[in-house]
Amino acid sequence: MENPRQPVPGSITRGAALRKAAYLTGTIAATSALAALAPSRVWALQLALLPQDQTDTLVAFAKVLYPHATLPDAVYAMVPKDLDGKAGKDPKTASLIASGCAGLDSAAGGSFVKASPDAQLTAVKGAEGSDFFNLVRGQCITSIYNNEMAWAHFGYQGASWPHGGYLHRGFQDLTWLPNPPLDASPKPWS
Amino acid sequence: MAKFAQSDDSVVVIIGSGAGGGTLANELAQKGIDVVLLEAGARQSSATFLNDEWPSFSQLAWLDKRTTSGNWRVAKDFPNLPAWTCKTVGGTTTHWAGASLRWHDYEFKARTTYGDIDGTSLMDWPLTLADLEPYYAKAENKMGVTRTNDIAGLPGNNNFKVMYNGAKKLGYTKCSTGHMAINSHPRDGRIGCMQIGFCFQGCKSGAKWSTLYTEIPKAEATGHLDLRPESTVLKIEHGANGKVTGVVYVDKDGKQQRQKARIVAVAANSIETPRLLLNSASSKYPDGLANSSGQVGRNYMRHLTASVYAIFPEPVHMYRGTTMAGIVQDEVANNPSRGFVGGYEMETISLGLPFFAAFLNPGAWGSDFTTYMDNYQHVAGMWIVGEDMPQADNRVTLNTDVKDDNGLPVPNVHYDDHKNDLAMREHAFTQGEALYKAVGATSTFRTPPYPSTHNMGTSRMSEKPSDGVVNKWGQTHDIPNLFISDGSQYTTGAAENPTLTIVTLAIRQADTISSMMSKHEV
Repeated sequence: MENPRQPVPGSITRGAALRKAAYLTGTIAATSALAALAPSRVWALQLALLPQDQTDTLVAFAKVLYPHATLPDAVYAMVPKDLDGKAGKDPKTASLIASGCAGLDSAAGGSFVKASPDAQLTAVKGAEGSDFFNLVRGQCITSIYNNEMAWAHFGYQGASWPHGGYLHRGFQDLTWLPNPPLDASPKPWS
Repeated sequence: MAKFAQSDDSVVVIIGSGAGGGTLANELAQKGIDVVLLEAGARQSSATFLNDEWPSFSQLAWLDKRTTSGNWRVAKDFPNLPAWTCKTVGGTTTHWAGASLRWHDYEFKARTTYGDIDGTSLMDWPLTLADLEPYYAKAENKMGVTRTNDIAGLPGNNNFKVMYNGAKKLGYTKCSTGHMAINSHPRDGRIGCMQIGFCFQGCKSGAKWSTLYTEIPKAEATGHLDLRPESTVLKIEHGANGKVTGVVYVDKDGKQQRQKARIVAVAANSIETPRLLLNSASSKYPDGLANSSGQVGRNYMRHLTASVYAIFPEPVHMYRGTTMAGIVQDEVANNPSRGFVGGYEMETISLGLPFFAAFLNPGAWGSDFTTYMDNYQHVAGMWIVGEDMPQADNRVTLNTDVKDDNGLPVPNVHYDDHKNDLAMREHAFTQGEALYKAVGATSTFRTPPYPSTHNMGTSRMSEKPSDGVVNKWGQTHDIPNLFISDGSQYTTGAAENPTLTIVTLAIRQADTISSMMSKHEV
């Protein structure tokens, strides 16, 4: 396993590539757990290399693989963002993404993004086991679930040491079952 | 801290600073014996540990290339990561969860107890529980194990509450917060547990025992320990008489060094220990050091391991507090009527969201998977740790097709599940699911084994030199001044988490080495 949060060297300085690369933007719903976390509900992401059509396909692909009804697009957008970084470092990855997205479009009858959910699922199943599928699926696991927006959405509290652990913050606050007896679970030390 | 000359051939060189090597180093240093402790990893501290799973993994885990083969699922899911062990000062005691259970007497007599089971290389240990009891007591005192030495048990967290109530419903009677090497109250200059979670990521409070901040600084204070981090041993050398004379290692600057030694003790965990013996082959020992039996690398054991996660209608927040917060011990006895020999423990486990995504069901996608992520706050989890059968062909070998940065062959880890392992895992999955359903789980999930954290048996202990690599003191049968000091010595694996017994054997081995040195036997 690699560390998915190792810094990705900025690779693209060429103006042409930058102009063609995707620019993602959206608005986080006011009801989302992320609304309180983000400085602004409006978010935007500039990619360095991947064009808009591939970026949109990757987001749609990620949503078929890991469907979460209320997970904001700002989190799914981490998938093309992180793949953009890898593609910038490795031309083979860039071409794998290009051909993989084209393959999904073709399997879905022209446009994967615009295809019906059933057609999208069929196209994804058809790609299962391919290098492209494995690249994107593996990337989803870290891009979607290893960021603070996702932690807030799914209710994971992240680092606890800065807050003194959970000794006084609910490590045994479950109330829907009886407490074990003291011989099984003695009192905390403070 | 002491500094010994590379040419000093009076020192004991220990390779690896974890449960075995770190403990042995301190025990010897306390007796006034000069030790050079070579550790491949860097020195961290509670201050530098990270409450963040992936960055911590990069900081602590052994990530050097390895390969895998065999029918175990780890080979498919993690082909280059057969084990989740550590490369850092303190070794895997930085990462372990703290469960500290003594073995049962019959577990040292596995061949006698379980019989002749097809396909296994079962053997009795050349020692008994009675031999180890005084050393278990020393280890428990040293490590501050709860429910021993008048140390109170730890308080159970939410994940434990679910386990406890489910266990009661199933009729289990042996469920508690267990025996843990985590301070339930301040002790030995270390704080009591703050229920931080992240036990696997290095304990930021230092409440959990690790050689990093117990044995090693205590040994340094004696003036008899020269710890050299970021020092990777390439080869153990020997003289014309066959005795080992020292080691060749790469230091933190990438330079090769040669340290002379009176004794070498290898405690590099059960993959690197046999790899080093094999990579040290010479014209005198063409099959590797201490390998006249052909047993070096064989009988690799990793414990049964599997996990059960369950979704409940109400919140659990399993990640709050100690990772291994409690244990059910009703299935640990040997009861062949269940369809397998040996037994297993059920211990709570929790993963943060990043690792839950990575390990719940590697490779999975779709709504079955995302339902578990959506319900993360409502999930409880347990880990199953049971005795797996030793098999001669489950082994660590050198993969000569793949070389590491130093040009040495990487280890290949081959493991096939034995049918006893499969039957035990099926039973444990069934019981784990029943436990959670008994307290209202709406869904349960059988998580396959993670990369091995319990690695054992690759230089096993035997009465006869033809059956194994070391004698009952951990001294190699072939070379009197070469010792094995980690879980590689295990003849069989038992059902208990291995660290306490590794520490126990290391304390005992220190007495032996000291006595042999004073009698000039080595």
